[in-house]
Amino acid sequence: MQYSQDGLLRAYRRMATIRQFEERLHEEIAKGEIPGFTHLYAGQEAAAVGVCEHLDKDDMIVSTHRGHGHCIAKGCDVSGMMKEIYGSREGLCKGRGGSMHIADTSIGMLGANGIVGAGAPQAVGAAIAAKAKGNGKVAIAFSGDGACNQGTTFEAMNMAAVIKVPAIFVFENNHYSEHTGDRYAVGTALDIASRAEAFGMKAWRANGCDFYDTFETMAALLDHVRSTNLPAAIELDTERFYGHFEGDPQRYRAKGEVDRLREERDALKIFRASPVTQQHFGSAELDAVDAEVAAQIDAAVDAARKAERPDPSHVTEDVYAEY
Amino acid sequence: MSVMNIREAINQTLHEAMERDPSVILLGEDVAGGAGTAGGQEAIGGIWGTSTGLIGKFGPDRVIDTPISESAIVGAAAGAALAGMRPVAELMFADFIGVCGDQLINQIAKFRYMFGGEARCPVVVRLIYGAGMNAAAQHSQAFYNLLTAIPGLKVAMPTTPADAKGLLNEALHGDDPVMFFEHKALYGKKGEVPDGVHRVPFGHARMVREGGDVTIVAFGRMVSFAEKAADKLAEEGIGCDIIDPRTTSPLDEEAILDSVEQTGRLVVVDECPPRCGLAADVTAMVAQKAFTSLDAPPECVTAPHTPVPFSPELERAYVPGPPAIEAAVRRTLDWG
Repeated sequence: MQYSQDGLLRAYRRMATIRQFEERLHEEIAKGEIPGFTHLYAGQEAAAVGVCEHLDKDDMIVSTHRGHGHCIAKGCDVSGMMKEIYGSREGLCKGRGGSMHIADTSIGMLGANGIVGAGAPQAVGAAIAAKAKGNGKVAIAFSGDGACNQGTTFEAMNMAAVIKVPAIFVFENNHYSEHTGDRYAVGTALDIASRAEAFGMKAWRANGCDFYDTFETMAALLDHVRSTNLPAAIELDTERFYGHFEGDPQRYRAKGEVDRLREERDALKIFRASPVTQQHFGSAELDAVDAEVAAQIDAAVDAARKAERPDPSHVTEDVYAEY
Repeated sequence: MSVMNIREAINQTLHEAMERDPSVILLGEDVAGGAGTAGGQEAIGGIWGTSTGLIGKFGPDRVIDTPISESAIVGAAAGAALAGMRPVAELMFADFIGVCGDQLINQIAKFRYMFGGEARCPVVVRLIYGAGMNAAAQHSQAFYNLLTAIPGLKVAMPTTPADAKGLLNEALHGDDPVMFFEHKALYGKKGEVPDGVHRVPFGHARMVREGGDVTIVAFGRMVSFAEKAADKLAEEGIGCDIIDPRTTSPLDEEAILDSVEQTGRLVVVDECPPRCGLAADVTAMVAQKAFTSLDAPPECVTAPHTPVPFSPELERAYVPGPPAIEAAVRRTLDWG
């Protein structure tokens, strides 16, 4: 596959932004600065970016409770996200949604979701809209290995196959549904992609810690979907560096497991080590991106701390539309 | 008697019930926790810590860690109950009833009636509910109003450790499906719990205190807020009766009516939004049955008609608190 230097830098910048956003949240949450439940995406960067780098503004995604990475990969304003997670009035959702419910429909980010499995049918609906408009756009449902067991996900896959719409089911298997392992919870076959195949759609598999593998596999998938207007699925083998939620003591993990994953399965290290990356630039250019991103995240946290807080009188705003 | 919190009372009750009755089984997401991981089955003991130690004692045939599949959890509980077991199904967040609504509302609730009164479906669904953790609109709702509206379901909502044990034992003793609402902000609340098979019959309110001037009916977490408001009012010589109905279906109408007939004033405190909620239900019941006893219009203190917001400032504005209860009591006293 041909890669441009600009495209690769953009992909790296987005992965680095996700990583630093999450690592910084991990620190700030430990200080008690951030209210509510936060589920970190660090470790899965290559999955979100490898998928979303193919999309433009009018392609649509629906996300999960672990949604920060999808938001950043689709182009949400990072400072607006940080303000939202801090609960500010200036946040992307005015402080009403918080970490689990970030959305920006103006750029095709149709929402993170606190209900496991709720997104897949919504992606089918977005794909219906794309088909109705005839604009060639696609709709992507990000789901985890937990959500792959929900009835809604099965129903959505079947319906997408029956009504023939460009819905794409991206299963990010990070091997934990909350605190339970996929080898316990995903049936004996331990194969999510074959479930999609059973509904009559084509399915692919890729290494969700490797940007290039995910990106190139998605290219093949999207060629198929955009040329046929049929649904498709992809299972990405990826890793979660933090717990189910922040504060999770992770007693279900093996000793040293996360250290090993950070050594062997780190999407950013894998990206840097790739021959394709090395053909295009040296590590100094990527280090410079890291430094720029660090400054951006510092600024976002600083802005979130200073941002306007909601007034209690705002509690009843926006329940209904105003005309 | 021993002193413990609500989390421990529920855990103890489950341990004792499973020892006593081999037909009691527990199923839900992460109820053992860690299945299929290096840490193994005992790693968690439930996200809320209420099922700690159960899998070690009773094994995976009775303590069933499920995939994230609420519809299958509740539906399987229904089938197990029809087949003679006493399943306890846990919904980690009450909000997830949206996912399994059919199994609760169209199936479990109706089997006995629809099948001619012969079938028994003794399912206990434990629903962890309520605002107060900045968990936002999909993890904070107080859905007891919704399930109270469904004939065939019994609804219990303990506010003390003793009632947690007593009501759960009663649920496990009876043959009806019971929706057992546990407020996440009450788990740490401590109190004395009777040893052994302590049972609290459904439909019998707890008289939290007697004051004589105003009747406050409060549900769930709102009971402790009503007590705070009543403490403040007592400093000025205003005495409040506080009634904790403990079960909303059946509802102890008599306890509420008896009190209102004495005080002539009613304040109902409900964490649900106002429309079709418990506050509206109780005030309507009192208006119908004790109209002439009332010296002032009943007051409803509820959440606003909005989803639960995330920001701490907004969530505080959402949850009815002691100042709102105090103000409502004063309005009933100042009326006319």
